[in-house]
Amino acid sequence: MSTRVPPIPAERFVLNIGPSHPVTHGTLRIQIEAEGETIVRSACEIGYLHRGFEKEAERVYWEQVTPYAERLNYCSSLHNSVAWCHAVETLLGVRAPPRAQALRVLASEIARIMDHLVCLAANILDVGALSCWWYLYNVRERLYDLVEDLCGHRLMVTWGRVGGVATDLPEGWGERLLVVLREAGEAVGEVREMLSSNRIFLDRVEGVCVISPKDAIAHGFTGPCLRACGLPRDLRKDEPYWGYERYAFDVPVRSHGDTLDRMWIRFDEIEASTQIVRQVIESLPSGPVILDDPGITLPAREEVQSTMEGLIRHFKRIMHGIHPPRGVVYSATEAPNGELGFTLVSDGGPRPWRVKVRSPSFAHFSAFPRMINGSMIADAVAALGSLNVVAGELDR
Amino acid sequence: MDAPLDRLLARFEERVRVLPALAGQTAVEVAPADLVEVVAFLRDEAGFDVLLDLVGVDRLGHPEAPTPRFEVLYHLKSLAGGARVRVHVPVPDDTLELPSCWRLWHAANWLEREVWDLFGIRFAGHPNLCRILCHHRFEGHALRRDYPIGRRQRLDAPEAFLLTDDPEWA
Amino acid sequence: MAPSNPPVRIGLEGRLDLPALATRLDAILNWGRLHSLWPMPFGTACCAIEFMGLVSSRFDISRFGSEFLRFSPRQADLLLVMGTITQKMGPVLRQIYDQMPDPKWVVSMGACASSGGFYDNYAVVQGIDELVPVDVYVAGCPPRPENVLGALQRLQEKIRRERVADGR
Repeated sequence: MSTRVPPIPAERFVLNIGPSHPVTHGTLRIQIEAEGETIVRSACEIGYLHRGFEKEAERVYWEQVTPYAERLNYCSSLHNSVAWCHAVETLLGVRAPPRAQALRVLASEIARIMDHLVCLAANILDVGALSCWWYLYNVRERLYDLVEDLCGHRLMVTWGRVGGVATDLPEGWGERLLVVLREAGEAVGEVREMLSSNRIFLDRVEGVCVISPKDAIAHGFTGPCLRACGLPRDLRKDEPYWGYERYAFDVPVRSHGDTLDRMWIRFDEIEASTQIVRQVIESLPSGPVILDDPGITLPAREEVQSTMEGLIRHFKRIMHGIHPPRGVVYSATEAPNGELGFTLVSDGGPRPWRVKVRSPSFAHFSAFPRMINGSMIADAVAALGSLNVVAGELDR
Repeated sequence: MDAPLDRLLARFEERVRVLPALAGQTAVEVAPADLVEVVAFLRDEAGFDVLLDLVGVDRLGHPEAPTPRFEVLYHLKSLAGGARVRVHVPVPDDTLELPSCWRLWHAANWLEREVWDLFGIRFAGHPNLCRILCHHRFEGHALRRDYPIGRRQRLDAPEAFLLTDDPEWA
Repeated sequence: MAPSNPPVRIGLEGRLDLPALATRLDAILNWGRLHSLWPMPFGTACCAIEFMGLVSSRFDISRFGSEFLRFSPRQADLLLVMGTITQKMGPVLRQIYDQMPDPKWVVSMGACASSGGFYDNYAVVQGIDELVPVDVYVAGCPPRPENVLGALQRLQEKIRRERVADGR
């Protein structure tokens, strides 16, 4: 903070940023009233990517929401995919088989690594370090290869199934993943080393755009942004699902709540996630990857193609959909950005009566004016990147 | 898990009704008039310090309980203990209005705007109850059951956007 | 090593004693334009994440001369629309298109930009061709980076055929 120059007296002016502006990484709109370079007050406008997810979900079958749910946070669709299926299972009162749960942990942690890689790459690019982008994005490309091998698509996986997951791991996949993660660790280490002693970088982010724990709670912060304020809350520890309690890992916490801590904590989480992935691969339980329940899952392909019963079951399941009990459930998982919650309201039919997404970005972005008021305009840019607001889940 | 709920029931007695809930979750129903008092109690004395979400529900044509038509669900969570509670509030059909909670949580500002935008439920006392997801010339409320999914409303000019009423401006 | 034969001079160049090349105006303009398209990335959603892959090392759009991203529409001649365009965003897209100087081209990347994709509801524009003219559509949700490179080459083919006389 000592390096800050005193504000230069200047006229007040209003600056509009977005909705199509490179620093917003999407479709956010920020209006700033500034005095010179200092932000006096600011406000945000959202909704530019409001694609009607919740209305769309009311018209399709429960399981057909999966691809829509993936497109909420397109940086980590693997996690969203399995999180949605987990929510429907909570409503149905069933649990995926142990192997499927372990694979979901694996998917979720890979998604977390990939999400943090792209968030950090873009954020570091925002403060002017283009080379770090290549370091981190190249690793992401290597992970894309593995995701593609597993799911058949680089980005939008449609891999989650109500009752399990779509495919088991291909032969030798786990070993390849460990190799890539070692490379990822090296790249992350190099980037970290380049940044941690870089005075220009540190001056841009250290002590900048701080949010207090009190404000963070009042805005409903979760995930890395909350943990950067010194509050060690993580659903994987607090309300373990998918057997997270079986894996030993630390929840990284930082204390200042500034841009630097929000970035640094993502580096820490990449390490923690790598730790979890290793344990999952070492201790992967055997067994099926999806439930065998005529009301919920499809029969195996061989069964459909060789038996009449299998064909009938397949047909009925596709045409009738899943019929969960009437009622309301809320299901939350620790997404890369924080608590991703689905409120499901069911009338007992094959289509959701109402689906509401509780997205971490919505809470984080609502605090943005409070964070940036009093800072410099350029600091706001770095702070926005560190929140990792994803417009898809922000606007739904 | 049940200790805060017991305290809530002891404090408000029959003004709070415990609802049957799936998956072992905790849900209570309160009348709109008691809403602010109940959630303030939950926040300050029962430790539910995070307002996670507001969910509007339109029950028009619901096979089981079509009245009252609208209901708003408040998801609260205790950061320290991890406990959660869901407060269901039926919305009066004649006024379509609930009291605003924005003084209790900053998060309520946008969440209430969203419920207003998509369901047309007003929040009395909200300082800037305007649309948030749909554009400002949008007519009707998109997530109501009787809003046809395909009714598109075209916007011809970019929005000027000067949110001078927003409390975040202050 | 000296050339064994003097340079062959045919056509118009042969009659001029100058280091000059004769060509058609269309050919030279199109040649310049198609190898240096400056994209304005209008990224709204998932497709923009694949676009990040497109500009990164592996797929490297600079091999086709289009790596010079311009975030100001006034310096760009290729509008790359990547992602869902909502009713709220529609006029913004149109305004950005209008701010681009001629000649300009539009690539619609992905299902949402091309047709609304699987978002057929009140909020989503059913294809950006309702708002701006489109030169090349790219299929996929989202398209792979190779697919977008293919679209760029298709666009280059199209530019190669354009004529100044047609107002380009």
